[in-house]
This record gives sequence, structure tokens and C-alpha cells, in this order.
Amino acid sequence: MTDIKSIYASIPHIDEISQHGAFEGTKDKRMGTFVERSATQNKVVESLEEAIRRSGLKDGMTISFHHHFRNGDNVVNLVVGKLAEMGFRNLTLAASSLSGVHAPLIEHVRNGVVAHIETSGLRGELAEQISRGLMDFPVVFRSHGGRGAAIESGDVHIDVAFLGAPSCDPYGNANGYSRDEDQSISCGSLGYARPDAKYADKVVILTNNLVKFPNSPYAIPSSNVDYVVLTDNIGDPKGIMSGATRFTTNPKELLIAKSAADVIHASGYLYDGFSMQMGSGGASLATARYIRQMMIEEGLQCRFALGGITGQIVSMHEEGLIDRILDVQSFDLDAAESLKRNRFHQQIDACYYASYLHDSAVNQLDFVVLSALEIDVEFNINVLTGSDGVIRGAIGGHPDTADGASLSVVVAPLTRGRIPSIVEKVNTIVTPGSTVDVVVTDQGIAVHPDRPDVEVKLREAGIPLFTIRELKERAEAIVGKPDPIRYKERIVGVVMYRNNTVIDVVRQIDEDR
Amino acid sequence: MERKRLRRSMMFVPGNNPGMIKDAGIYGADSVMFDLEDSVAITEKDAARFLVFQALKTLDFGKKEIVVRINDLNSGLGIQDLEAIVRAGVHVVRLPKTDSAEDVVFCEKEIERIERAAGIPVGTTGMMAAIESANGVLNAKEIAHSSDRLIGIALGAEDYVTDLKTTRSDGVELLFARCMILNAARSAGIDALDTVYSDVNNEQGFIEEATLIKKLGFDGKSVINPRQIDPLHKVFMPSEKDLEKARAIMAAIADANAKGSGVASLNGKMIDKPVVLRAQRMLALAEVSQTDEGEEV
Repeated sequence: MTDIKSIYASIPHIDEISQHGAFEGTKDKRMGTFVERSATQNKVVESLEEAIRRSGLKDGMTISFHHHFRNGDNVVNLVVGKLAEMGFRNLTLAASSLSGVHAPLIEHVRNGVVAHIETSGLRGELAEQISRGLMDFPVVFRSHGGRGAAIESGDVHIDVAFLGAPSCDPYGNANGYSRDEDQSISCGSLGYARPDAKYADKVVILTNNLVKFPNSPYAIPSSNVDYVVLTDNIGDPKGIMSGATRFTTNPKELLIAKSAADVIHASGYLYDGFSMQMGSGGASLATARYIRQMMIEEGLQCRFALGGITGQIVSMHEEGLIDRILDVQSFDLDAAESLKRNRFHQQIDACYYASYLHDSAVNQLDFVVLSALEIDVEFNINVLTGSDGVIRGAIGGHPDTADGASLSVVVAPLTRGRIPSIVEKVNTIVTPGSTVDVVVTDQGIAVHPDRPDVEVKLREAGIPLFTIRELKERAEAIVGKPDPIRYKERIVGVVMYRNNTVIDVVRQIDEDR
Repeated sequence: MERKRLRRSMMFVPGNNPGMIKDAGIYGADSVMFDLEDSVAITEKDAARFLVFQALKTLDFGKKEIVVRINDLNSGLGIQDLEAIVRAGVHVVRLPKTDSAEDVVFCEKEIERIERAAGIPVGTTGMMAAIESANGVLNAKEIAHSSDRLIGIALGAEDYVTDLKTTRSDGVELLFARCMILNAARSAGIDALDTVYSDVNNEQGFIEEATLIKKLGFDGKSVINPRQIDPLHKVFMPSEKDLEKARAIMAAIADANAKGSGVASLNGKMIDKPVVLRAQRMLALAEVSQTDEGEEV
């Protein structure tokens, strides 16, 4: 055998070959069993504090979280509470979304622990306070696809990601459920946590369910994970998920859903082999039911359903109507359970779902049904701020899917209480009107003027159409025209479009008399 | 008032619920009936009357027939209801608990008085009478013939079964009343309208009842939830086979007329007048059934 060390320097072009010098022998052979090793040599650290210390987190850095635990989440409050206790300051909190349960962040903002927030949505007391001027640095709102793209491209750099996982093995293979045994918590897909795991400098998994290696299947591979913390306090199952998304019996939602299904049918996008995405709102879910009827009657097959997945989509998959499910977020336990048993129910990450940087799944959508808080006469959509100007919503995948799908259908009641849904100008533009094709309300349908092809087809099918202005006037004839919301000059939120450009701002509400 | 029109569905809307009143027009019911009577608590009567008055004056319900169920005229509330809704231009006043022809005549006199006072042409306001007692059922013929303003008579089953000392079951308990009301209506040339089916979540039971009353010959039925409208209209929609036959009959008639023959026949059978009448009615029904969706949006 050649003595490699003696000839190493004489190898032609050795400096141009990618290598690390001559072979110097291997380490000592591993002797114990893998079970013994799993117990001793692994990524499990004894406490959250220890994980934070080892992660190298410093003041001013960016930490990130996912929102798959929805309003049952305890990871954000647990981690930020610990960081406050350890004396960290001036952090950027980049969550995939935040909800009502995160009100304790108000104190952490006041005390200087959190200086800046990035999220898809805000609700509850935290949102109210931010709308009243809690933070100096405006909150940055990103869509799910926009956030994924910003993380991929490095526009958003995450120093340490703290990711809750309902199952994880000692090396960090983590998932939103377990095929072995769920320890009361299950959230299905971990799609919005995966870009964080992949691109963050350090990744800490917090789990209530440490399973044996290998945790299979996994959403997050161990190669992306640095530390694992076992804690029984990652979330409250009741707030994370309910059994099944209940089917609406509200006649107005059913009417809107039926109209939306008729629009889709007439538009030509309901054909054998189509693709779709449905929101989880009452009317969108009900639309799926009418679409199902049409599919059965006409013998049509759906190639794939995308997005936030509900039990409704799962049952259509299981009765053979939908070939594939691409699941970035499981909306109910039925969807989460389906991930365990259906091999063509695929978990996907936020970038695969909707990043504008590549041909993501939203670009393969034939149609999407989306809801809206406000729609204006330019078809712009607001899903973020309420009729009082206060932040109370989430961008979610709204602009991503509206842009990606060949037909975007936005459903809304014409009026909510005494507030018209169709207005001259929306409070906050989240989804630009140029990506919205049809607006369906309980009192009429309007097609975007840039889609004469759709308009012709709907007319041919005998569907009565109105202009968006006619719908606005109809709404005002019923409930009148509300006084404009009063804002102060100060900007409290910046809304990013999916390609990371600023599309609108949210201002502080003016409550002075 | 239109005496003759399609009345497959008459949707009850509580008169004190602004949200439901504002949306009443969007569900495709042939008639909308705002209720001032049993669905409104006694403490809410004035508010409901005011609300319904304003709704009739300001909201656009398209071509829908607007009916208001008033309170019992003996209670004093009924007259106040009439004062408001006749002035607001209601199409049809629904008189509850009609026991005799005199009830209708009394109500008609009050309507006429208000029409005159308000400068509304006398006879503009239509009426329908709800029969809800054994007495009313036995007087059905006199009630049906009691006024030119009547567009129809209806069965109100809940009070009626109580009066009979029974409860609602499979419909056998209502058979006599339904037949009486139907025959009385036909004898007077007005519509016969069936009672409500209150178990909103039992769509199958609703469809069975609707099928039964259609077979008997009723023109339509009251509904208490918009979700009942579509199934009801489907029951009233003639089948494609029936339509084909009706079209063939009308074609044979046209053919006979063209030849100057007074007698038409189809497949060797002579077509007599009732057959033609039924075919015409069916084709007219099919036409509206197909086109009415969305006309009001």
C-alpha cells in the first residue's frame, strides 16, 4: 500500500482538488449499542436556559417561532419569558404568525426585551396595543410565501429558531405528530417551521414527546437541529386544534359558497385533473362541499389540493376524489391524523408552498377560494385591519395564492352588521386587486375587468354579474356609508407583498376627541 | 297586488331581527313573510312594527312578494300593525288565527279605511288568511270566498293540532285540514299554502312532507330557514320526463290548430282540456324554476 503521506505533495494539481490533506486514520471505533448512545451522546440539553446559553444568542439578534400551535401556543411565551429573565434585550422576534395568546409580549416590548416583531398576523390585546402605538419600530407583516422567500434569500436572517415539536428524537428529527404515540399534542404539518430550521444559524427544538431515534417520518431533519429541550409545557391541545372543522349551517355562508362553486364551474377551471385550494372560513369550506357534488356528478378528479388542509379535504381524498394533498398547515385533527395514515398526504414547507423565488406549488393552482374583510373598487383586499382600523387578522397565504392561482375567487358577505364589505378604498392593501379575479357576495358577483374571458363564461352560464361599484352602492344602500377611520401619522405596521416589496402601511389609530 | 304568481316558498322572517330582515331577499324564496306575531315577544311589538315599516320603505327586495303577518285584530296590536304596514305598501297582509269569514271581512274593512286615509287606491293591499283551528278548517270554504283581496289561504298546523288534542307526527293528523283548505282554495280560485316544517336539520323529513303536499295539490309551503328553500323548489320542479310530455302535448295542439282541426291527439289518445291546462301549468312552472335563481340579486 502506498504511503500516502510521502507522495501527497507530489500529486499533480493537488491544490486544485477539493480535499483536506492526507488521510490520518480514523477515530476510535464506536463500541456500545445505539440505544446506549441515544441515551448519552445526543442533542438533548437539560434546560431551555442551557440551550439558549449554548446557542450563542446575543442582544439585538433575531429569534424565530412557528404558529402551528395557534392559540394554544406556549413556546413563544415560555422562551421570551426565559430570555427576559436571562436579561436579553433588543431582540427581533420573527414569528410565522402570532395570536391572542401572545399578549404577554406586550410587557416584553415595554421592558425592551423585544424591539421589533415580524409576523404574518396579529390578534387580541397585543394587536390592539400595537395599533395604539406600543412599538417604535413598525411591525413587519409578511405573507407565508413572502416570509419563506425572505428567509431563503437571507433578507430575513434568523440567529436562533425556537421551534415547538409534538415529537422529536434525541438527535432532533422533529415532527408535528408521531406515528408511535402522540403525547396529547399534535399539530400535523410543521410546514411554516421548516424554513426556520433550514436557514437559522442555531435551532432549538422544544418537545413534550421525546421518541426513540429515528422519529419517522420527520418534518425537520436532525441535520438542521442543534439542541433539543424536553418540556411538558409547549402548548395547550385545546387551543392547538379541534377535532374537525365544523361544517357551516349558516344559510348566508351556504349561499355564498354555492355561488362561488357555480362561478368556478362556469369559469372552466373545474375540469378532470384540476388543482385547488380552499380557505378554512365557513364559506370556503362549504364551497368545497358543493365542488365535491359537482365532481361526483360529472366524474371529475382533482389532482391535488393545496394549503391549509381540513378534514373536508381529507375525506375527499379518502373517497378517491383528490389524488394528492400538499399540506403546509393542518387546520384540524382530522387533517393531522390523515398525515399518519395517507401516503399521498404530503407535508410541505412554506417555500415549496408559496415562495416567489421559484415555481412554488401556488403557481400550479387552477383556483383558490379566499375570504376578505374588505374589498375595494379596485379589487384590492384587506384581511389585516378591522373596520375600526385596529390590526386583527393575518395575511396568511392570501396574496401568494391569489397571485399563483389561475382563478382567484374572493368570498365575503356584502355587509357585516352595519359595515359594508365593499368600499371605495380598503384600510390596508394586503392583496393587490390585479391578482383578484372574481368577488362573490351574498347579493351579487363581480368579475375583475382584466378578466373578460371569465366574464364571458359566467354570462354564458347565466350567472348574473354586477360591477364592483354596483355592489359597493348596493351595500351602502342597505347599511349606509360609515365615517372614515381616523388615524394618526405614525406608522405602526409595514405590509410586505410576497416579493418583499412594501405594499402598504398601517397607521396608529386616532382615539383623541 | 298580484293575485296569481308563483308561491312555492314563503319564508318566515322574525320582524324584530334587523340582520335577517336585511338579508331576506337573497335566498330565492318566492315570498318573504315578516312576522309581527308569534316570533316577536310582547315587549318587542312596537320595535318590530317600526323595523318592518322602515324595511318596507327603504330596502329593495326586487320582485319578491312581501307579506307581513300581523297580530290578532282583537288584541289591539293588529290594528296598529295594519296602520303601519298598509301605509308602507305591503303586498299581502297575513291574518293569523282566522276562524270565520267575518274575521276576514273585519280586517278588510280596516285595510280599506287605512288605504283611503293614506291615499292608496282601494284594493291595492292583498290578504291571505291562516287557518289554525278546527272551527277555521270547518269554515274554510266561507273564509276562502270572503274577500276579493284574498290571494290564498294557509294552514297553521301548530295551533291546529293543539286544538285537535293531538301533536304533529307523520302528517296523518293534518290530512283532513289540508284537504279542506285545498278544496276551499280551489273552489274560490285562490292559492293553498301549507304549514311550516320545524325540524330544520331534518332535510329528508322536510322533502317527504313537501312531496306529500305537492301531490295533494298545494301551491307551496311556508319555510322557517333559507336552507329549506332549495329542496322545496326541487320538489316543485317538474321532471324532465313530465316536461317532454307537456311539450309534446303543446306541439300536438299547435299542430291541430294549424290544420284547423278542433281535436288534437297524441299517440292515438285524444287530448282534452284538463290535460292541456296541466301541460301549460307545468311548462310555466319549469320556466320560472329555471330562471328565478339569482333574479333578485
